[in-house]
Formats: sequence, C-alpha cells, structure tokens
Amino acid sequence: MSNAVIIRDVIKRYGKFTAVNGINLNIRQGEFFTLLGPSGCGKTTLLRMIAGFNSIEAGDILFGEKRMNDVPAHKRDIGMVFQNYAIFPHLTVEENVAYGLKAKHLPAKEIATRVAEALELVQIQQLAKRKPSELSGGQQQRVALARAFVIEPSVLLMDEPLSNLDAKLRVQMRSIIKKLQRRLGITTIYVTHDQEEALAISDRIAVMKDGVIMQCGTPVDIYAKPENPFVASFIGISNFIGCKVGQGVQPGMARVQVENAIDLSIAVRKPYTGEGIISARPEQLRISDEGMPATIMLSTFLGDFIEYEVLLDNGQTLQLNEYTKDTEKLYPDGAKIHVTFDPARVSLYTGDTQEVLSI
Amino acid sequence: MKARDLRQRRLSFDFWTFMKIAIIAALALFVVYPFYTLITRSVYSNKEEGLTLYNFIRFFTKSYYYTSLKNTAVVCLTATVTTILIGVPIAYLMTRYNIFGKKLLYIMIIMALMSPPFIGAYSWILMFGRSGFITKLMLNVFGITLPTIYGRGGIILVFTFHLFPYVYLYTAGAMSSIDSSLEEAAENLGSSKLRRLFTVTLPVILPSILAGAVMVFMTSLADFGTPMLIGEGYTVLPVLVYNEYMSELGGNAYMASALSVIIVFCSLSVLLVQKLIVEKRNYTMTAMRPPQVIELHGLKRFLASLPVYIIAIISFMPQIVVVVMSFIQRSFSGVMQGINFENYRIIAKRLSTNITNTYLFSVAAIVLIVLVGMLVSYIIVRKRGKVGQLIDLIVMFPYVIPGSVLGIGLIVAFNRQPIVLTGTALIMVISYVIRKLPYTVRSGSAFLYQMDPSIEEASINLGVSPMRTFFKVTARMMLPGIMSGAILSWITCINELSSSIMLYSGKTSTIAVAIYQEVMRMSDGTAAALATILTLTTILSLLIFIRVSKGKVSII
Repeated sequence: MSNAVIIRDVIKRYGKFTAVNGINLNIRQGEFFTLLGPSGCGKTTLLRMIAGFNSIEAGDILFGEKRMNDVPAHKRDIGMVFQNYAIFPHLTVEENVAYGLKAKHLPAKEIATRVAEALELVQIQQLAKRKPSELSGGQQQRVALARAFVIEPSVLLMDEPLSNLDAKLRVQMRSIIKKLQRRLGITTIYVTHDQEEALAISDRIAVMKDGVIMQCGTPVDIYAKPENPFVASFIGISNFIGCKVGQGVQPGMARVQVENAIDLSIAVRKPYTGEGIISARPEQLRISDEGMPATIMLSTFLGDFIEYEVLLDNGQTLQLNEYTKDTEKLYPDGAKIHVTFDPARVSLYTGDTQEVLSI
Repeated sequence: MKARDLRQRRLSFDFWTFMKIAIIAALALFVVYPFYTLITRSVYSNKEEGLTLYNFIRFFTKSYYYTSLKNTAVVCLTATVTTILIGVPIAYLMTRYNIFGKKLLYIMIIMALMSPPFIGAYSWILMFGRSGFITKLMLNVFGITLPTIYGRGGIILVFTFHLFPYVYLYTAGAMSSIDSSLEEAAENLGSSKLRRLFTVTLPVILPSILAGAVMVFMTSLADFGTPMLIGEGYTVLPVLVYNEYMSELGGNAYMASALSVIIVFCSLSVLLVQKLIVEKRNYTMTAMRPPQVIELHGLKRFLASLPVYIIAIISFMPQIVVVVMSFIQRSFSGVMQGINFENYRIIAKRLSTNITNTYLFSVAAIVLIVLVGMLVSYIIVRKRGKVGQLIDLIVMFPYVIPGSVLGIGLIVAFNRQPIVLTGTALIMVISYVIRKLPYTVRSGSAFLYQMDPSIEEASINLGVSPMRTFFKVTARMMLPGIMSGAILSWITCINELSSSIMLYSGKTSTIAVAIYQEVMRMSDGTAAALATILTLTTILSLLIFIRVSKGKVSII
C-alpha cells in the first residue's frame, strides 16, 4: 500500500511552547488513522497543520510525492469535519454540501447529482431544503460529513467530530462514519481524546503526549502491548506494580519478583536487571491461593463480570475483574485473598526509562 | 491544541496584507495626519516667531479663555450628577417593577438620546425662550415671569434630559444581569431591603453607572449645538473653538488648534480615570438567575410608573413640540397665522440643497462605513497582533473626540498643499466616516467574536480562497451586526452638526447647519420644519434598528 500522507520531523511552536515536537508518520492510502491523546497533546495542532491552517516551523508534510508545506489551505484538496460542524448558517443543507463543488466550477447538473448522492449516503436527503438552524446536532454532523466527502478529497480530516453529541448518538455516528469511510476508501485522519472511540473506529492509532508520539499501531497492538506506562494507562485501565527484574533461567527470559509474594519468568526483548514496572489490566489479574496478600475493599457485581477494588498489604490499591463465566465465587467486602497474574499477558517496563521489556 | 492560528502567510499577502496597508494608509492620512497637524499648529502663533507656548499661556492667563474651561467643567460635571440622579432610579424602577407600557417608555427614552441635542435645545427655547409660547402664556395670562432658560441652567437642563438615557441604559443592563442570589444572600444575612440596595446592589453595579456617567460627560463635553443655541453668553470649550476659528478665518487657526488640543487632553484624561476605576472593581457577573420583576398592583403600580412617565415625557416632549411647531405659520413678530405646510413650502424652495446634501453625504458615508467597518472589524478580531491593535486604537480615537475638534483638524490638514479638500463634499463625507465608523466597528467586531473561525476555515478548506471566503461567508454572516451598527452611524450622520458647521461651504451645507442658521435668524418655523425632517428620519431609522438588531446589538 502506498503512503497517502507523509509527516516528516514536523515541529510547531507557539512562542516558547512546542506544541508538536518532531513527529514522523506514514499514513497509508485508504487508511482510517487516528491521532489520540489528552487535551493539549498537540493532536489538533498537527491536524490543522495538515489542513494548512497552522504554519509548519520545521519538517515536511507530503501528500503522496507532493510537498504541501507551501500550498495554501484552499488548494490542498482536503475535506475537513470540524468539532462544532461549522455549517454555513445562511445556506440550506443542499447549498452547504454543494459549496465545495461550486468552488470547483463543476457543471450544475453534476453538482446536483453528487449532492443528492452524498445526502443519501448520510441519510438526510429529506432535509435538503432545510436551514441549519432547523437541524439537530446529529443531523448537522451528517451535513458536515457530506460536505466534506462530496468533493472527493484526497484526504479527509476529522477534528473530534463526535464530541458534541450525546453518548448514544456518538456510538451510532461512529459506525456510520466507519462504514462510509470503508465504502468510499478515502484516506482519513481522525482526532479524538476518547480512547474507546479510537479503538472502535481506527485501522491504526497514534497515541500522542506533549507533542510527541508515544506509540503507533493497530488498536489490538496498542491495547494488548502498550509500549510505555503512559499508553497503558491512557488506553483502558492498567494497574502498575513495582518489581525486581533479574536474570532468567534461560536466555530471552527474565526473573521477576514482586516483594516476597511472586516469583516468575517473563519473556523479554533484551536482558535487564534492576527495578521494573509490571502493567496489568484488571482482567489480567487473578484471585488466587498464592501471590500478593490483599483485602477486598469493594466488590461490584456487574452481570457479566465482577469488579473488585483490592487493597494490597503494602498499601497499594488495584482494580481486578473476574468474569462470571469463569467463576461462580463472589468474594464479599473485607475478604482476605491473594492476587497474582499471568506472566504471558502482562507488560513489563524498566523502572528508570520506562522502556518496554516484555514481548 | 485549541490555539487558532488563521495566519496563512503567503496566501494572505494578496488580500489581507493589502487591506491592512490600505486601511493604515487611509487612517494615517485622515486621522493621524490631521491630529498631528493640529498639535504642531497649536505650538505656533502669528504673534511670535518659531515654536511657542503662546497660545497655551494665553489660554491660562486670559479670563475669556480659562472661564470657558471652568464653564465646561461646571456644566459637564453638573449634568453628570443630574443624569445619575435621574437615570439610576429610573433604571431601578424599570428593571424591578411591572411599570405600565415598558416598551413604549423604552423607545421614548432611546429617542430622547438619539435625537440631535441641538434640536432639544431649540425646542426648549421654543417653549421657555424669550418669545417661547409657555413663557408668553405665563406672562400674559398669569403675569408670572419665568426664570430665563438661557445660560448655564438651560445647558444643564437640556443635557440632563437628553443624556440621562446613557446612565439608564448602562445601569439597567447591569441591574438585569445581577444574580438574584447575591441579593438574597444579603437578605438572608439579615439586611433590610434599603440597606441591601446600598450595600450590595448599588456597589456591584457601580462600574456600569460610572461607564454611563463617563458617556454623559464625554458627550456633553463634545456637544457644540446645545451651548451654542441656549448658552448665549455662557461660553464652553467647543463654542470657544468655533468662535476662535471664525475670528481667525483667513488666519491659521493657531488658537483654535491649541484649544482643540486642550479639549482632547480633557477627554482622554476622563477616559483614563474611568478605565483606572473600572479596572480596579470589575465584577464580572453571569446571572444564573436574573432578578425577578416584582408585580405591583393598583395604586402602588401607578406610583411606581408615575416618575418614569414624567421623565420620559419631559425628555420626549422637545420632539413633539418641534413637530407641532413645524406646522404653525407665524408672522415675523410671532403672531400665529395658521396651521399649514407653509414652513415646508419655504424650506423646499430655499433649502432643498441642504436636504439633498444631508441624505447624499450620509448615504455615501454609510456605504463607506459598512465596507471599511467590515474589513476593520475582521482585521481587529481575526488578525490579532500588533497591526490589528494599532488599527483598533486609531479607529476608536475619533470616538472620544468632539466633532468641532475633528473639524478643525481636517481644516488645518487639508486647507493647504499637497491635498486641498476644504469646501468640498468629500471632506464632509470623510469627517462623517471617521467620526461614525467606531459604532459600526464595535457592533461588527462584537458579532465576529461570537462567530467561530472554523466556519471560515470550512470554506477555505473546501477550496475557496480567503478573500472570496470573506465576501461569501464572513461578510454575509456579519451583515446583521454591521447593519445595526450602520443604522446608528446613519442616525448620527444625518444629525451631525459640530463638525459640519466647521467644514461646510455654500454648496455643501446640511439640514443640521441650516437649522442652526435658521434659529440664529429667528426663523423658528422653517427651523422646526427642518428639525421635523430629521426627527422623523431618526424615529424611522431607530424602529428599523430595533427590528434589525433584534435586541442583540446595544445602542450604547
């Protein structure tokens, strides 16, 4: 697959503050790519640099072979969906969608056909003659979507398009956007701070923090193999447990000890000895006869699983989930238990540089 | 990152950079250059060689001059106090109680403010002047000699009833945005209603009252027509500038320039003081629950409404008197000869040029104001930065400058090479544009601040260049804001006297100038007919304003 958008060593500064700090990305043709991160991480800034609304201080942005740095925003052939939709309030739904096509001076007949098609794709053909003020948030979102893809842009950009919708509508629109993107095959760059949304919608995700990329990969990779504690904690829930890492019994394995309670082997990328951090998802922790001694502080029965808040004897609190299909036992609050984990599934990081060790 | 950065270097070089340069050049020529000339002119004299403080020394040593400064201070300060005394209680009654016919009262109060002050002054003369009908009625029927309306008392009277709406509007705005829980808290803590009013309500709205008071002070300081018509021997600064300029005609307006500099200095100091006070105690309030209107019944409601009606009627009366007088034909000795259109026939024959000029100049000015106003608002709001701030500052400057000062400035700048404009229609239009542009820029930029920049980005993004985006999307969306500002500009343009009287020539005279001259010639009927034309145009424009702005753009 060829690269549709190439971002090379891109930097953006606002005075002394560096919003985007040397980012490199290759976004493939037809890919649904998401920039995910907490607010202030530089994801929107990067998106606006691709759109041409922010200047580029250093580095290059390429569409295919073509360097875009000096191409003005209106000549970049990009469709963009804005967070607040940015529907032209003085134009009808139809006129909004036709706006970009008219700018291209297409024949009136072709404009009419393409607008009708686009409205049908987002299922709002019956609203064609309405003014934006008469539309609900979800309907405005569909207009914004239709207006952006109807020009058949080389890249479609979306800046937190679902953040102004209520939870139910958000899930609904999410699947509409995903299906539409698959069907039209438009390379899409999507910005969000919502990790669940990112996991659900993307082919690949770049997790950003403080203007740099923390990890870039498929949703499965990012969830299952977070490359640093930040990604582990930002995507889903992670428990961090301090440990000692020593030489393993065979090459490629490390001996991991948690206090005097746990002593096991984890497959690692390279040899390391010293302090380490284990990152375990709630479902990767287990209640067992041996392991770290702990007390159940709060048990919450949620149907398909039971959520336990567990206090280790060393004072640390963990979150642990047990699935009702795996166990019939429900521990009461105050129960004394032991907690352990499956070494093949947790992630292991070095204590100082927080570099990933586990495979 | 939410930091919006609309800068697009290469791209905007074509359109916005060009616009910035053009606007700065125009402002430099028509605002900075005249005031620069005014200042340089003020430190020269035909009495002494070279740079000199002669004019200023003369001002502060000759009683003829410094008395006018004292007079100005007296009438402006007194009017500020009287407008507060009237405006604040009226605002309290109007916002807190169910006064009868609030909408009508509101329109009457607004009308009092928007009508040209000199028409008010003239109308008071028609009623209480030397040959005023009430004066004569009292003398002939009851044998009572009324105190004279001319001089200090008259000026203050006219200022009070013309300008109290400023205090009313600012105070009422603040009173209806005060959160009722604040007052409830005071009551809850054991404060009586009256105590609560003085310890909580009034202090919280004090900055707004002050803002209104400053508007009163500035407007009365700038007004030329009122003291000229009703002041007679009681000279204030704007009148002095005019007299001095007239006596220096053919000369170089050195003294008039010096006086102008002194007035500008006064205005700017007042603004500065107000800024300092307001900045120290600015309570930003977001009324979660605006105060409830108290429902009064029967006598109580009548008693609460009465004072508002008395004030509104007194302040609206001058306009009714003028309209009525315009239909009364009187002989030169003042004997009534009939009710007819004779006055209108005379002005149609003799002063039709003035009428045409007024509308022609104002329309020309408004077209320019709308166009420039949109571009300037856009640059100020969207192209923040040093250049935008500079443009903002220069555009707003004439707002605080009396018209007569602006008039003198334009004269001293453009009555000599390289650019001679004095006596032309162009200079009249320019003076209107400079002076009235701030209204439009303010309402336009208020609108733009609320408009999300992503709407423009959406258009650019869809392949429309920034310049075409401005005209296709931004301008289109700003139009309601710009239009309501433009209507206010328009009202003040047609009623403009203080700079016109400096700049007009035989061919470019306007209605306002003609009214002034007719009053001076004791031709009351024709003056009333001319004033009626202005008043009716003003009322009509205001009604359109209220419709267009839908209450979103404030008058002040």
